[in-house]
Amino acid sequence: MSRPLWQESASTIADGVDKGTLAVDDVVRAHEEVAAAWEPHVHAYLTRVPGGIRPDGSADKPPGRKLLNGVPVAIKDNLCTKGVATTCGSRILEGYLPPYDATVVRRLKAHGAVIVGKTNLDEFAMGSSTENSGYGTSRNPYDVSRVPGGSSGGSAVAVATGSAAVALGSETGGSVRQPAAFTNLLGLKPTYGRLSRYGLVAFASSMDQVGIFSRSASDGARTLAALSGHDPLDATSLPGPALDFDALDLGEGAARGLTVGVPRALLGEGLDDDVAEGMRIVEAALKAAGATVRDVTLLPPSSWVATYYLLATAEASSNLARFDGIRYGLRKPAGNVLDLYRETREAGFGAEVKRRILLGTYALSAGYYEAYYGKAQKARRRIQQDLTAALEGCDALLFPTTPTPAFKIGEKADDPLAMYLSDIFTIGANLAGLPALSVPAGFTGGGLPVGVQFTARAAREDLLYRLAAALEHQLSDPMERRWPTKPS
Amino acid sequence: MAYETVLGLEVHIQLATKSKLFCACPNEFAGEPNTRVCPVCLGLPGALPTLNAGAAAMVARLGLALGATVHARSIFARKNYFYPDMPKNYQISQYDLPIVTGGALDIGTSEAPRPIPITRVHLEEDTGKSAHPEKHGDREETRLDFNRCGVPLAEMVSEPALRSPDEAFAYLTALRRLVRWLGISDGDMEKGSLRCDANVSLRPVGQEAFGTRSEIKNLNSIAGVRNAIAAEVLRQAELLDRGERIVQATLLWDQDKERLQVMRTKEEAHDYRYFPEPDLPPLLFSAEALAAETRALPELPLARARRFEKELALPAYDADLLTDARDLADYFEETVTAGAPAKAAANWIGNDVLRTLKETGGTLATFRETLPPKRLAALLVLAAGGTLSSKLARDLFAILLVEKGEPAELAQKHGLVQESDTGALLAVAEGVLDANPSVVADFLGGKDKALSFLVGQLMKQTKGRANPTVAQEVLREALGRRGAPR
Repeated sequence: MSRPLWQESASTIADGVDKGTLAVDDVVRAHEEVAAAWEPHVHAYLTRVPGGIRPDGSADKPPGRKLLNGVPVAIKDNLCTKGVATTCGSRILEGYLPPYDATVVRRLKAHGAVIVGKTNLDEFAMGSSTENSGYGTSRNPYDVSRVPGGSSGGSAVAVATGSAAVALGSETGGSVRQPAAFTNLLGLKPTYGRLSRYGLVAFASSMDQVGIFSRSASDGARTLAALSGHDPLDATSLPGPALDFDALDLGEGAARGLTVGVPRALLGEGLDDDVAEGMRIVEAALKAAGATVRDVTLLPPSSWVATYYLLATAEASSNLARFDGIRYGLRKPAGNVLDLYRETREAGFGAEVKRRILLGTYALSAGYYEAYYGKAQKARRRIQQDLTAALEGCDALLFPTTPTPAFKIGEKADDPLAMYLSDIFTIGANLAGLPALSVPAGFTGGGLPVGVQFTARAAREDLLYRLAAALEHQLSDPMERRWPTKPS
Repeated sequence: MAYETVLGLEVHIQLATKSKLFCACPNEFAGEPNTRVCPVCLGLPGALPTLNAGAAAMVARLGLALGATVHARSIFARKNYFYPDMPKNYQISQYDLPIVTGGALDIGTSEAPRPIPITRVHLEEDTGKSAHPEKHGDREETRLDFNRCGVPLAEMVSEPALRSPDEAFAYLTALRRLVRWLGISDGDMEKGSLRCDANVSLRPVGQEAFGTRSEIKNLNSIAGVRNAIAAEVLRQAELLDRGERIVQATLLWDQDKERLQVMRTKEEAHDYRYFPEPDLPPLLFSAEALAAETRALPELPLARARRFEKELALPAYDADLLTDARDLADYFEETVTAGAPAKAAANWIGNDVLRTLKETGGTLATFRETLPPKRLAALLVLAAGGTLSSKLARDLFAILLVEKGEPAELAQKHGLVQESDTGALLAVAEGVLDANPSVVADFLGGKDKALSFLVGQLMKQTKGRANPTVAQEVLREALGRRGAPR
């Protein structure tokens, strides 16, 4: 093989390890060397585990064959790993060692994956840039003066630089797709309930989903196949078996006969030229691949951001109440229990987390509930209906992932509203619980990646990866990807 | 001024499931602190609840027994407040869509029904426990035990339809009987399996509008509930008599000092910020599941008491006594089915069986192993047939508790067979009269009472085996021969 191990696909690694032509130690070492070289420039990881967390005798048996044997995987630091620090990017969980593995972590181990480390994120997944991390900001490897996106920024950087073959992130409102778009990756937000949330530290439970970063459709689908399938520990987990990877056709004709709807009216003002160009390239490629592209009408997404931030902050205000200094994590001793709560939370939470807890507490307060939370729930149902209706006549909807490519570090840090508005295209899928996949759509003249996304009907991630695979055949072979250049 | 007391009770019922409400930890009382816990009931980051369907079924059963509506769809909600023994700082409960609404708990007797309307019954999780602060080294510490965290609770709220502390007492007694009857809780208030909060207000007799209420918390015995409410009624009446205003407040009942303390007033009331629990889907009962639960519902205490009165001609007192517990009613009914006369069975079970249980401190379940209904019935049949006097029957009862064997055989073995032979008893009677000339003289002189002494002596001579009726007859006959017949 002419290619270094760290550039290999998950499929090649898993096959090689299965056949005995690749040694897991060599695979892990190659990826660790990349991490060591890149970390000073990008700060993708909060914890690196030398040699990786390997499956041991306690690992579950996968239902079928092992799909990720020896594959180095990075995981976002809001997924619980037994005995390995899990901070959620927050000072309030500094030093916290979970006594159990998240279901997706158990399934990674069951499929033979090697967890190389825990990646940086905006504190409790609240943010779009990793600037809200309590442990420093990650940087975009394509331009280290820019953000990698967030909140799963560290996971994106790990896969983009090659220190992991695939990575897990989490989404509540675009936190996988947006950093994927900023770093030339595929980022999947599965259907709500497709991947178990057991062990994913909650931000907004009704929208949280574990997501997958990959450099190819095949690697992403393979990872989804390994991790999906009903989990009895999560009452919102979808019934039914895992995605059948072997039955999935990701060949040249993968998109033939599929219909893709474009909500043309949404793509008006404010859309960056490079993003608009990305949309045009992808539309053309879809047609070339044998798909039908047609316009669809959606209600204006003007209410999406407000709806999302009311519901997400309300749930967050409750989910984050448990971080009180009593049982685990940071504790600021005080004279009485109320002061202990106050001082612990004052010291442990960052500004954005506090802002969202306050917003959410307000939205749920007596006298305001109907006007805010109640109304937002109604709006959410309307958005669900609207997206579902648009998907009746087509297999997927095509949107930009973000209005602009990666922005500069510090550019929006002091303007929370501008930061929130950058989620405009991603949060629809989260509100509706639908699966969505961001795929690479070229680069700007300045060398920044651009992404677009597909949304499909519930549990139809297979269609999303088929569309992505068709684009790979039309536009660029993922194995010949444009890698970022390490700053000297 | 004369006031009417208006009471509503909120009772938390710990459900007797095998495991906790949202995790697989065992649902057991006490235990070493923090040994029956897992990531879910400790509310660790990332852990998620999954519903124990058995607990929901128990609430449905209670609802059906109350004649209430059991909703096909209900919603869990989060009740948000900070408390150190509640690890998530919210409680998973139900709010605007509980499992059960309506229905009534009858706190009366079979003769005098008194249905108390129920507002709702919902399902929620219990909290942990905070120990009283103690010195550990040079620091004062409060220690937390999370074993109880996540234990399933049914919260049952009554309408403000109770009118006296005695009615509150009757309500809790009836509820305790019902939950035990249905097998959904051990109903033990001292262990905290039933916990009661009482809403108390007064209004002038004849007035429609309710007065300002206070809520009494921390009531952990049925007698305590009565005492606390009585104290609060007195306090409110005194305030009203003085023309003062009642301030809406939450009070704590101090069991040891028998005193109420103010915990907080309305101004300090919580805003719990309820919202639908996103981690749990709506709780659904299919029509089939509810039909099955309805079919499985046992005959309820009052209905059974009325049937005992009607079909077995029992007095109301007996019927109510025997339906105090389901196993007691079962025991009675099985004894009757095995052939015992109903009234005799009621008397024997109501007196001798219950007394034995009380004296030995045993349960009916273990007692039945020694004296199954069939065996008791055999004894009662012997007694009814005249083979055994009631004295002999009691002797045989005592023997049955310690010796194996059929009652008839044991009666033979121990010589517990009634002597009704006139000739044999006459001989004994003559002997008794010979031995007691002065008593005989008394009787012949007109003292009727002397006869019972002589009967007693005859019984003594026959070791209690003489048929009392025959004994009297032969004594009169023998006495008649010694003087003027009377």
